[in-house]
Amino acid sequence: MIPNKRSPKFKRNRNPITWLLRHAQMSLSSLGRLSRSPISTAMTAAVIGIALALPSGLHLLVDNVRDLSNTWDGTASVSLFLAESVTDEQAEAVRQQIAQRSDVADTQLIDRSQALAEFRRLSGFGEALDLLDSNPLPAVVLIRPQPQLEGADAYARMAEELQAYREIELAQVDLQWVERLGAITRTFDRAVFILAVLLAGAVLLIVGNTIRLEIQNRHGEIEIVKLVGGTDAFIRRPFLYEGLWHGVLGALIALILVLTALFMLDGPVQRLAGLYQSDFSLAVIDPFSLLGVAFGGPLLGLAGAWLAVGRHLAQIQPE
Amino acid sequence: MIRFDNVAKRYPNGHEGLAGVDLSLHEGEMAFLTGHSGAGKSTLLKLIGLLERATRGQVWVNERNLNKLKTRDIPYHRREVGMIFQDHRLLHDRTVFDNIALPLVVAGMGHAETKRRVRAALDKVGLLKKEKVFPITLSGGEQQRVGIARALVSKPPVLLADEPTGNLDPELSREIMELFLQFNQVGVTLLIATHDVDLIQSFDKRIINLRHGRVADDCAGDPV
Ligand SMILES: Nc1ncnc2c1ncn2[C@@H]1O[C@H](COP(=O)(O)OP(=O)(O)O)[C@@H](O)[C@H]1O
Ligand SMILES: [Mg+2]
Repeated sequence: MIPNKRSPKFKRNRNPITWLLRHAQMSLSSLGRLSRSPISTAMTAAVIGIALALPSGLHLLVDNVRDLSNTWDGTASVSLFLAESVTDEQAEAVRQQIAQRSDVADTQLIDRSQALAEFRRLSGFGEALDLLDSNPLPAVVLIRPQPQLEGADAYARMAEELQAYREIELAQVDLQWVERLGAITRTFDRAVFILAVLLAGAVLLIVGNTIRLEIQNRHGEIEIVKLVGGTDAFIRRPFLYEGLWHGVLGALIALILVLTALFMLDGPVQRLAGLYQSDFSLAVIDPFSLLGVAFGGPLLGLAGAWLAVGRHLAQIQPE
Repeated sequence: MIRFDNVAKRYPNGHEGLAGVDLSLHEGEMAFLTGHSGAGKSTLLKLIGLLERATRGQVWVNERNLNKLKTRDIPYHRREVGMIFQDHRLLHDRTVFDNIALPLVVAGMGHAETKRRVRAALDKVGLLKKEKVFPITLSGGEQQRVGIARALVSKPPVLLADEPTGNLDPELSREIMELFLQFNQVGVTLLIATHDVDLIQSFDKRIINLRHGRVADDCAGDPV
């Protein structure tokens, strides 16, 4: 007799409450398992923590430096080179006129003889100058713009306006170091991004390898669970939770590292900023990079565990 | 309940586990499986528990064609087939209670019901006082009882045992076999592989003899 009625369906437990309960139990027991080998857990979490802290810390630093280049007053100065025909009195008159402008904080006139003296002192070409009958250097008005003035564009506009003066031959914005800093921070940004991607890959591998070893250690147990009817999902679950917990612990360590580094750097940075009459402080914490660490860590842990589980669990079959 | 139609099993390395077996066990039947070493006893049991798949023919268990069973359904199938091994296959870092509870835990049974069932299973195998100890502290016979309790705790309709008394002295072996007889009396279908011919002949149950992967003898036990 061959049974020809349809095969009876298997009973499956689909009660969402028991499902949730089982997940809660499983996540706790995974945490418990990790706490039973505290040293290896702490080491794995520390490696993950450092890998997460490095790019986010650097990102914060770059962000802050960019901020600094935007807000530091005295960032830029504008030099006005006056025409050769302009007398010292006329030059002083120009300086007074410019000092009235609302976007100018401070002015200083370096007249032609002062310019010559300074050039002599700084260049070492004094004797060469003696050969000339007249002073070849123009008078210069140095401008320190109002600190509210921000960005290279604003300076360029100011220089353009000043260029319109008949007495002024050349208005030059000394933005060089600001621009350089901008270029450097952009380069660093890119480098930090690449570093972040590489380290995320490293975290995946670290967690994947940790879980792989764990699967090997529990080889016999997995076989027996399969033997008594444990589903793949059931067997996967504790390993996924372990990966997740590794990520959570790593993220915590990373946050502690970054915040500690900020705290320790803040004092010296404020002293440094003080030297430049700036009230800049490192307390600018970018919420996105912190959120990135807080969520990225657990997510990477889970993904790493998933990779290991996918590769290694199917190979274990009871005999 | 269990049915083999011209079943053969060839292992990937070319070894022939079974060469062509026709066999059927009805519900509530108890049978012994004997044969020389390498005759295919273990292979036959593995096909029933889906530890291996047949390479030819059809295997039916609990009215399901195992050939057509999807891989993801195998765990659910195994919950209906209790398996007992010569080497017990216990988890040595868990207590006797936790070992026996495992099939219920993987099936998602509640705590109270699990406790009740594990106690009942322990009672059946006579190990009620040992639930908190670790298997390593038990004798071979006691460990085998733990394995048996684990196999029957989820009340599967089919129990398979592969040389369950292989490591035990004759007296303990007889006790274990008598335990199986008790289960059979409450309606469990049992198939027990053993080479202890002297012992099983005293039980008056069906004996299926395998030779080189085929059924050589199949004698029903005579009711006394
Ligand atoms: N996993 C395996 N891989 C390859 N060959 C196997 C495997 N298991 C069993 N066999 C072969 O199948 C045949 C039957 O083995 P088995 O079913 O274990 O016999 P028994 O349990 O009766 O001693 C033997 O020839 C054995 O070598
Ligand atoms: Mg065998």
